[in-house]
Amino acid sequence: MTSGRNMTATSAVAYAARLAQVDVVAAYPITPQTRIIEAISKFVADGEMKAQFVQVESEHSALAATIAASSNGVRAFTATSSQGLLYMHEMMHWAASARVPIVMANVNRAVAPPWNIYGDHQDAISQRDTGWLQLFAETNQHALDMTLQAFRVAEDPRVQLPVMVNLDGFTLSHTYEQVVVPEADVVGRFLPPRPPVDWLDVGHPRTINGVVSPEHYIQFRALQKDAARRALAVIAEVGDEFAKQFGRDSGGLLSLEQVEDAEVIFVVLGSAASTIRSMVRAWRALGRRVGVVSVRSYRPFPDVELAEAVAGARAVVVWDRAYSFGCGGPLAAEVRSALYGRNVAPVVLGAVGGFGGAPIGPAELEKALEWADAAMLGRPVPLETWFGVKAYRDGRVPDGN
Amino acid sequence: MATRETPFVMPGNSSCAGCGAVLIARLVTEAIGPNQIMVIPACCMGAVATSFPKATFNVPVLRTAFASTASFLTGLEASAKAKGQDVTLVGFAGDGATVDIGLAALSGAIERGHSFVYVCYDNEGYMNTGFQRSGSTPRGAQTSTTPGGVLSRYKTEVRKDIAKIVAAHGIPYLATASPAYPADLRRKVERAVAVKGPAFLHIMSPCPLGWGFPSAQSVQLARTAVESGLWKLYELDHGVLRLSLAPKKRKAVREFFAPQSRFAHLTNDVYEGLQAEVDGEWATIEKEGFSLRCETARA
Ligand SMILES: Cc1ncc(C[n+]2csc(CCOP(=O)(O)OP(=O)(O)O)c2C)c(N)n1
Ligand code: SF4
Ligand SMILES: [Mg+2]
Repeated sequence: MTSGRNMTATSAVAYAARLAQVDVVAAYPITPQTRIIEAISKFVADGEMKAQFVQVESEHSALAATIAASSNGVRAFTATSSQGLLYMHEMMHWAASARVPIVMANVNRAVAPPWNIYGDHQDAISQRDTGWLQLFAETNQHALDMTLQAFRVAEDPRVQLPVMVNLDGFTLSHTYEQVVVPEADVVGRFLPPRPPVDWLDVGHPRTINGVVSPEHYIQFRALQKDAARRALAVIAEVGDEFAKQFGRDSGGLLSLEQVEDAEVIFVVLGSAASTIRSMVRAWRALGRRVGVVSVRSYRPFPDVELAEAVAGARAVVVWDRAYSFGCGGPLAAEVRSALYGRNVAPVVLGAVGGFGGAPIGPAELEKALEWADAAMLGRPVPLETWFGVKAYRDGRVPDGN
Repeated sequence: MATRETPFVMPGNSSCAGCGAVLIARLVTEAIGPNQIMVIPACCMGAVATSFPKATFNVPVLRTAFASTASFLTGLEASAKAKGQDVTLVGFAGDGATVDIGLAALSGAIERGHSFVYVCYDNEGYMNTGFQRSGSTPRGAQTSTTPGGVLSRYKTEVRKDIAKIVAAHGIPYLATASPAYPADLRRKVERAVAVKGPAFLHIMSPCPLGWGFPSAQSVQLARTAVESGLWKLYELDHGVLRLSLAPKKRKAVREFFAPQSRFAHLTNDVYEGLQAEVDGEWATIEKEGFSLRCETARA
């Protein structure tokens, strides 16, 4: 095995931006993303990276500047977290609908109020319907590898959509792990320069992002829909190619572990998958048939592949670190919908927790497995459980607990 | 590409008859020439720029969101540097996009010193959405959100002076202009293009529809604004402030206000107050010379 260097996921992402030879980085600092743009600005200051680095005055402007740069044909990158991502919202839609192949690292963090800088997925999920493709890293190595793959996917002529690489705040962003930093020439072969774009050619003037009639508007949306669906195949293909070239499986749509014969399957996004993997191994050693699906591509959502992977189980525990208030866990809803229409389908339990840095550790996972066991025995169980909530101050217990 | 046969602003576009903004767009794009990329946010000129698949401007136009003119210029400048591309980047934005929602982006872009020409065509309100007040609407104006009624007196607040705000950034080049003075406007655009770093042009843009005056009188009204001493033409070039024109014999300010329905409610004593304000300003200019400090609140 190639030995790596000890680094955080934020450093790993900065190395990826450098290896991808991005031309323009426009960004605004926010914890826990900050280290990414500090590292990039230092690379640029030291002449190790040729990019134009611009620290703008807000995230709205950061994404706007990135979009404009990408519209002019260069490779553009930005990074943010939480409030910063929310502040970008208008331009999030803009980026996807303008079909600019930019890549953004989103270091997942809870949203305020109350203020909390630790990890959960509410920031990313709140941007779910903007049209961005969203990948989730499990490890610091993934953060680097997925960023490189993200450019390939985004710039693929079949896709032409922006890609967000999610990495869990603190769990990945501030934790050191061994990361292999590939050689620049090898990366250059995997990720050639962006194909030229002539949108703003002064010799052939065009007006981009103009006003269209209802009749034309839906055509634009349909093109976007097709591209996002086509991205499923492209992400899988790019993940395979990366694995072949670099010897690491750090992309693709889903990562399946021990699902073939599993009675209970956990489905999760991001770094919690690593914890669940180690629990699965421990449970297996005790003779329990448990598996885990790590959803690496959240958008596009690999519904068919996911349904195939979990259909044979008796219970599926979907762990959401975000919530759609008044409805439920978003990932759980999507897994249920993916299974809709099958004659035999597992019961889908919505586990909710890990908000604002709260743990998804052995204690929570053991409790979740007991819940799944009860469901398999046909006992009446709630379909949703919030983990880590105590009784309120007036003694009432949160609903469903 | 624009030539004598195919102008920079195509005829048959959807602007209102007598629109000052589209005239300014023509004068500005012509003065810059074909090697430019325009950024236009949400505003009347954004709406005028396209009705897909038709386009109004004969130069590349990148439309953006309401607040993002200056951040798009930022990103374009960075990408042009990365590519080694030599092109003039032009922001063309309304007063709302400039003095209100896009002010932080504009301020940031000027502070960072990117090279661009930012044109604010100022029609003194949010015209594209039906003439609501903006931070640049003058005191006393009736707009659709300062309608006047039993309890309210139209717009009661003094407008922001965007040129002064921009000047406070220490911008290399800043000028005010008017479509009634095309030679002066053209010279200022050319200077703005030549200057390294950010340049800002604040241009009065009569709007027959929103201001309520006959569409044939746009240029005349813009001229009256200057001749009455209400709209001052000046430039600030690397710290040197110059008045471009001092009207010899000033017209009465009433001649500017009276033809516009948005000021129809102004009474004689208001006019007298306004006239006294403008006379006071010019007396100070004549005594002490023109400075950006001496302007006082005006209606
Ligand atoms: C974020 C956002 N808020 C509101 C609007 C609606 N809107 C579009 S144009 C406009 C007014 C534009 O005013 P101004 O910049 O002065 O340009 P004008 O239309 O007067 O030429 C408004 C309020 C929008 N497009 N985006
Ligand atoms: S509303 Fe005013 S600014 Fe807008 S197009 Fe009409 S005349 Fe021009
Ligand atoms: Mg306006």
